Amino acid sequence: MGASSTLLMVSHGHCLLCLLFSVVRFIYIKTFNSFDSFRIKSLPSLPSLSLSPSLVLMDRRFPFKVLEHIFSFVDSNEDRNSVSLVCKSWFETERRTRKRVFVGNCYAVSPLKVARRFPKMRSLTLKGKPHFADYNLVPDGWGGYAWPWIEAMAARRPFLEEIRLKRMVVTDECLEKIAASFRDFKTLVLTSCEGFSTDGIAAIASTCRKLRDLELRECIVDDLGGDWLSYFPETSTSLVSLDFSCLDSEVKLSDLERLLSRSPNLKSLKLNRSVTLDVLESLLRRAPQLVELGTGSFSDELDPEEIAKLTKALSELKQLKSLSGLWDLLPEYIPLLYSLCPRLTSLNLSYATVQMPDLIDLLSRCSKLQKLWVMDLIEDKGLKTVALCCKELRELRVFPSGADLDETDVTLTEQGLVSVSEGCPKLESVLYFCVQFTNAALVSIAKNRPNFRCFRLCVMEPFAPDYRTQQPLDEGFKAIVERCKDLRRLSVSGLLTDKAFEYIGVHAKKLRMLSIAFAGDSDLMLHHLLSGCQSLKKLEIRDCPFGDTALLENAAKLETMRSLWMSSCFVSFGACKQLSQKMPRLNVEVIDEHPPKTRPDSSPVERIYIYRTVAGPRLDTPEFVWTIHKSPEVGVSRLSIR
Amino acid sequence: MTYEKVNELNLKDTELRLGLPGTEQAKEEQEVSCVRSNKRQLQSDNEEESTPPTKTQIVGWPPVRSYRKNNNSVSYVKVSMDGAPYLRKIDLKTYKNYPELLKALENMFKFTIGEYSEREGYKGSGVIPTYEDKDGDWMLVGDVPWDMFSSSCKRLRIMKGSDALALDSAL
Repeated sequence: MGASSTLLMVSHGHCLLCLLFSVVRFIYIKTFNSFDSFRIKSLPSLPSLSLSPSLVLMDRRFPFKVLEHIFSFVDSNEDRNSVSLVCKSWFETERRTRKRVFVGNCYAVSPLKVARRFPKMRSLTLKGKPHFADYNLVPDGWGGYAWPWIEAMAARRPFLEEIRLKRMVVTDECLEKIAASFRDFKTLVLTSCEGFSTDGIAAIASTCRKLRDLELRECIVDDLGGDWLSYFPETSTSLVSLDFSCLDSEVKLSDLERLLSRSPNLKSLKLNRSVTLDVLESLLRRAPQLVELGTGSFSDELDPEEIAKLTKALSELKQLKSLSGLWDLLPEYIPLLYSLCPRLTSLNLSYATVQMPDLIDLLSRCSKLQKLWVMDLIEDKGLKTVALCCKELRELRVFPSGADLDETDVTLTEQGLVSVSEGCPKLESVLYFCVQFTNAALVSIAKNRPNFRCFRLCVMEPFAPDYRTQQPLDEGFKAIVERCKDLRRLSVSGLLTDKAFEYIGVHAKKLRMLSIAFAGDSDLMLHHLLSGCQSLKKLEIRDCPFGDTALLENAAKLETMRSLWMSSCFVSFGACKQLSQKMPRLNVEVIDEHPPKTRPDSSPVERIYIYRTVAGPRLDTPEFVWTIHKSPEVGVSRLSIR
Repeated sequence: MTYEKVNELNLKDTELRLGLPGTEQAKEEQEVSCVRSNKRQLQSDNEEESTPPTKTQIVGWPPVRSYRKNNNSVSYVKVSMDGAPYLRKIDLKTYKNYPELLKALENMFKFTIGEYSEREGYKGSGVIPTYEDKDGDWMLVGDVPWDMFSSSCKRLRIMKGSDALALDSAL
């Protein structure tokens, strides 16, 4: 056996054979279970493939180079996480070859560990605050600091090229450190971040000579003025995408013009609101190669000559596929966009307070549209047009305009979404704000579109029942989870009883993220979800009347999830303590802005945030956050180094 | 929130609140997530205690990012003037302060407004600009800070003639 295996090792056919074995084993692992990198601490023993000893032997002498080559075809992080669990040599090879690292919760693991594990890291993506921070449910100062990560990477991974952060606190210090430490730095994308000023951006612009992407998406920036734009190097830049749409102050037109003239690779440009319409033409003339454009304000008075010039400049954008910005879009300027419509695949009108007839005018020309963000000013009638004309639509978001529904005639009802679900066969992602809904509509929608992957319905009236039958919306959501077998993300609303969550628990097998507000009757609701929903990773709940029993009964489930958020629910302090003691690898954080003077076990807590972690309790908690200690005598600890 | 027994009526029983009947405690929890607005009103403040938190007062609801809320919200308000046959609509966002707004109104309706003083309202011209806010209360234009006004004003009414005189003398 030994001789023949040695021969096999040497022969050319060996590589192919090993490839085959690897692929087979890999596929086996992938379908066997969905591990992820959290579990690396306890490597499981090899699954019971019936391997002959010779094959196992062969594997140990498997050339690193061959494995490395095979793994270079493994892209997704989920797959790589599975691969890394097969055996030690696969773990080693995988970690040495992973280039793109994703950490969904910055407190789940320490920056040092991540830096050490992936020596070839080129791209780092991090997420910080819980999602409900978007809606002001997480008090300021909770955490999510980027600094420890930047510091760790700067010291150990100087070849890092890309950093993407979401909901994190990023200071000017962080940005300066990035600029100073990563020689080949190319990509900075900050989404919903805060804590920095335009000075930090200037540091990036001036120092990162190979900068390709600088995107500030919906960040809260201390805006000290538009000077930062002049800090880009005078010689031609390598910029591919620039997004400063969230900044307030004006940038100098000449700075912007010169930058565009010397950025031949620029494909995506998103201006801020203070860039007025009268200068747009001059900018577009210098960047006709744009694929994505976010305009500034679209409402200045232009004379006929200016209008003609702008129309021409827009029509020269032959590659343009995505259009956004359009603040204060005036109806009389819609014809200027006609030339762009037939090519558009993405259109964001969510800042354009344009009424339905004008929206119809525009959208009826957008036959290739795949992504549409719009306000409820589009009304049912406008959505009917979308259903007729935009057959390629994949994603629809309808935001509330705040228009007083008694005063004006904005009629957006459930019918709008039903039309789109009927008419758009590729629709798979929806975010829909509406005043009220019916079960019948939900059932129709589910029947029409079983291919939903993301369904977020926000019935804006809390506890609103089906307005025709006065029944809870249980049956409607049941239809959604039963029929949409690929559903990954769901937000529910309206009047819902425990039954709705029983349905979700049973049917939503692929559901990863669930958001709930003002729903349910009892602990059963949470129990159904935690004991069902095999793939659940993120659960966020507000204002629901239950807590303790379900949490404690399903404690083990929480370790298979990234995080659980509960605010204004019925969770007692005692349950938090018990949970924390039961589950050593969970951080149980109590967030209380108005803590009581004494804390008996029965006292309710304002908010809890529970997440699995291999890094232990964090050391950067503010005054109003307590991580429950694992040791029962201590009770609650507030570990802090600041 | 404490409830007194007034005339043998337990106010709690008659309180309007969101939610299913019987879900008593949950609503107490909900208070935590509610935010009350403070404003000076022409009427008494007692009523505020028993009005239910409307959805505009619940923290983080509807779940729209504040970034989007601040950038958005249609702010067209109808403007009517006593005696004028037509309604106008204006976008409050286009004005940065009271003087700008009043000037625009003056131009729109061809009148001149008296000087505003906090104590005496608009003296002299017999024209009084009032507005209806989100809670349905009629207020005097100029009483609250501009930002508060522009985000809560639902419609404007410019009072003239005898109504205005009556209000004038009452203030």
